[in-house]
Amino acid sequence: MQRIGVFVCHCGTNIAGTVDVAAVSESLGKEQGVVFSTHYQYMCSQAGQDIIKNAIAEYKLTGIVVCSCSPRMHETTFRKTAAAAGINPYMVEIANIREQCSWVHKDTISGTEKAIILGKAAVAKVNLNAPLTPGETPVTKRALVIGGGIAGIQTALDIADAGFPVDIVEKKPTIGGKMAQLDKTFPTLDCAACILTPKMVDVAQNDKIRIFSYSEVTSVKGFVGNFDVTIKRKARYVKEDVCTGCGACTEKCPQKKVPNEFNLGMDNRRAIYIPFAQAVPKVATIDPDYCMMLKTGKCGVCSKVCTAGAIDYKAKDEYVEEKYGAIVVATGFNPISMDKFDEFAYSQSKDVITSLEFERLTNAAGPTQGKLLRPSDGEHPHTIVFVQCVGSRCDSCSEKGKEYCSKICCMYTAKHAMLTRDKYPDTDVYVFYIDVRTPGKNFDEFYRRAVEEYGVHYIKGMVGKVSPEGKKLMVQASDLIAGKQLHIEADLVVLAAAIEPDKSARPLATMLTASMDTNDFFTEAHPKLRPVESPTAGVFLSGACQGPKDIPETVSQAGAAAAKVIGLLCKDKLTGNPCVAHSDEMMCNGCSTCEKVCPYGAITYVDKEFRMPDRTTRVRRVAQVNEAVCQGCGCCTVACPSGAMDLKGFAGKQIMAEVDAICR
Amino acid sequence: MSMKNIENNNETYRPLIVAFCCNWCSYAGADLAGNNRLAYPADVKIIRVPCSCRVNPTFILRAFQRGADGVIICGCHPGDCHYTSGNYYTRRRMSLMFSMLDYLGIERERTRVEWVSAAEGAKFAATMNDFCETVAKLGKNKRLEDLRCKQ
Ligand SMILES: Cc1cc2nc3c(=O)[nH]c(=O)nc-3n(C[C@H](O)[C@H](O)[C@H](O)COP(=O)(O)OP(=O)(O)OC[C@H]3O[C@@H](n4cnc5c(N)ncnc54)[C@H](O)[C@@H]3O)c2cc1C
Ligand code: SF4
Ligand code: SF4
Repeated sequence: MQRIGVFVCHCGTNIAGTVDVAAVSESLGKEQGVVFSTHYQYMCSQAGQDIIKNAIAEYKLTGIVVCSCSPRMHETTFRKTAAAAGINPYMVEIANIREQCSWVHKDTISGTEKAIILGKAAVAKVNLNAPLTPGETPVTKRALVIGGGIAGIQTALDIADAGFPVDIVEKKPTIGGKMAQLDKTFPTLDCAACILTPKMVDVAQNDKIRIFSYSEVTSVKGFVGNFDVTIKRKARYVKEDVCTGCGACTEKCPQKKVPNEFNLGMDNRRAIYIPFAQAVPKVATIDPDYCMMLKTGKCGVCSKVCTAGAIDYKAKDEYVEEKYGAIVVATGFNPISMDKFDEFAYSQSKDVITSLEFERLTNAAGPTQGKLLRPSDGEHPHTIVFVQCVGSRCDSCSEKGKEYCSKICCMYTAKHAMLTRDKYPDTDVYVFYIDVRTPGKNFDEFYRRAVEEYGVHYIKGMVGKVSPEGKKLMVQASDLIAGKQLHIEADLVVLAAAIEPDKSARPLATMLTASMDTNDFFTEAHPKLRPVESPTAGVFLSGACQGPKDIPETVSQAGAAAAKVIGLLCKDKLTGNPCVAHSDEMMCNGCSTCEKVCPYGAITYVDKEFRMPDRTTRVRRVAQVNEAVCQGCGCCTVACPSGAMDLKGFAGKQIMAEVDAICR
Repeated sequence: MSMKNIENNNETYRPLIVAFCCNWCSYAGADLAGNNRLAYPADVKIIRVPCSCRVNPTFILRAFQRGADGVIICGCHPGDCHYTSGNYYTRRRMSLMFSMLDYLGIERERTRVEWVSAAEGAKFAATMNDFCETVAKLGKNKRLEDLRCKQ
């Protein structure tokens, strides 16, 4: 039998103005289990809390009902008050007689009646409350970062800086991501390599950071603080700890005609390769699709030239299992395929390129050593047309492109146009746009410089068709402001392709039980207030995997994600939410219904021995809830056909009692 | 006590409405209606549940059995569930439940599922006004009310 105290708050006149608080207190005093009932001006004030504490001591209360503002305001306050006076904080219930009563009802009679009924429901519930203790789980003080672009690099560096070990899993042979492929970066035009490669070196030299390059995450189990992750280390046929990165093999390999993905296929590499000079780790990798030794067993040149003896043709994929407390997703983005945009003749002409290819063409380490030359004939282009929003902001053609704005294209196109005019003033540069979107510090100034200082022709309108004619590209476009059709003879056409999340993100999200939007960008726990956390506890988001972002934004999000991870790893133990599901093993028939509806995978099955009335034992399969994973939605409780599942704090009986109290 | 007296008097009959609101969206939406002082009838009594999917159909049966005249379940908009998919279960379960109740003589208008976000205080108040009016027009629920439950 509970000994319940009822505390009705006036909230100044907020409640007392409409609700007869004395009547509420008096009426609730007669309810079952209530041994004390009072009302006071401000229950949440120090004096109000003291009234509660004193009553707990004096009347040996076991449960508390506060009739006051919304539990979303002060539930925590009153739970703390109760705990300070020595009773379990979960023995407190709030009747919301302000937001859901006095503020929305003007009539004192019906307002008071309703307040009494809400109070009765709360009393009925507390009569069935049981003390709850949140579960505690230890925290593995190591973080995993998936993806080694600038986002992953920055997050890892920041976490390591706080003293926690971090592993980066990168699927490519080197970290660096898209930023490593860029030439100069807006809005300051500093060279990408100059600001990125020192960070990559920092990562390599930091003894708190391990890099699993050429690796992928294949399974994630567990929950916040305690993830069990399997990492597949793809065979690179070169011993990572032995290779010195001298590059002798990459010069001698006879397989010379492998498209070089780092330069987006605009030149070739060998079957054994190091993606670029500043790669981290600087280790060669054999491409099994092209290596003759691996395919036919004939060759072996690289193993002969490698003085370090690093080549191992017999290497196999390896699987490593690691434990982590937190996981950061930083899988970045890719430009979309241009297959569906044949009006721009991307597949028909080598001189129609994407903006990322343009970056490589102007990069000193790129296929042309930084000279802007036409891919088809190596000649200098005199007229260049840039087309913005290729596949971005598509409404009607959404099965073709993306509905969203890719956000970075306006700025990098302005950058490309400006750099071209700067280096080659004899070149005519046209930019076709729907709108120029340049919000950001010094961004609009940057774009205006391209127009005003560098004389780039910005034309509002879309390009309808690009047709290769001889050595030229005929560009048909409309100028919406002048209201006329344009025909431009161009030497090079550059398409600002929309960006989309990496294809591997979707299966990864499933593994992590992290949610994604319809475009496969990871969703944040709250779009405004929790932008770097995923809804799944312990999984954080960094960089363009969460939405289109430029480098400054990526880096700030990366730092924010690191701060969240550090906050988590600093804790020795995590206290959970005690309002979790639990199954009554005697009633559970092991049907698996609950497991199927649980969005968090919190339910597993165990075989348990039961003593039968005839003293024999029988083994039965029963559901078991992992309290650290369960978020307490209660879905399983309704799904369970046996009535075995219940939710602590919101038990079937408690809600039933509230229904009864309201309908009495 | 006085409630019952009022109910017996046909002119001032007010329906008894039980509203289940999920903690994250609809309950917050109801709070927002309060913050903005958007009035709706006192007939509505809210029960807080973590997620709309916590509402067991038996709660609804019990409410009608004990004399409720209407039951409304409010949750986050589809796609916005705090627990990612809870409201989809609610939608399916309740469409079955409501057609069964209809079969038992509880008119479709007495039961409702509504999506109300934490930002939709106005929608919450409007929904409750509309629901109260609809149920009030139907009059007392006599089909499922169990007189043994009444003292
Ligand atoms: C043409 C172009 C020009 C640009 N110019 C500028 C500029 O001038 N200034 C600017 O601020 N921004 C610019 N940007 C934007 C910039 O590139 C991005 O902001 C930045 O690269 C985002 O970093 P990220 O780490 O989130 O993603 P990414 O750079 O895409 O890195 C993601 C990394 O994760 C790896 N990965 C993906 N999936 C997995 C997986 N499942 N497992 C393991 N690893 C995985 C990838 O291999 C990659 O290394 C430009 C972009 C483009 C396309
Ligand atoms: S309450 Fe929700 S999260 Fe917890 S076990 Fe049940 S379905 Fe899963
Ligand atoms: S749904 Fe109920 S009976 Fe079935 S496994 Fe889960 S707890 Fe056991």
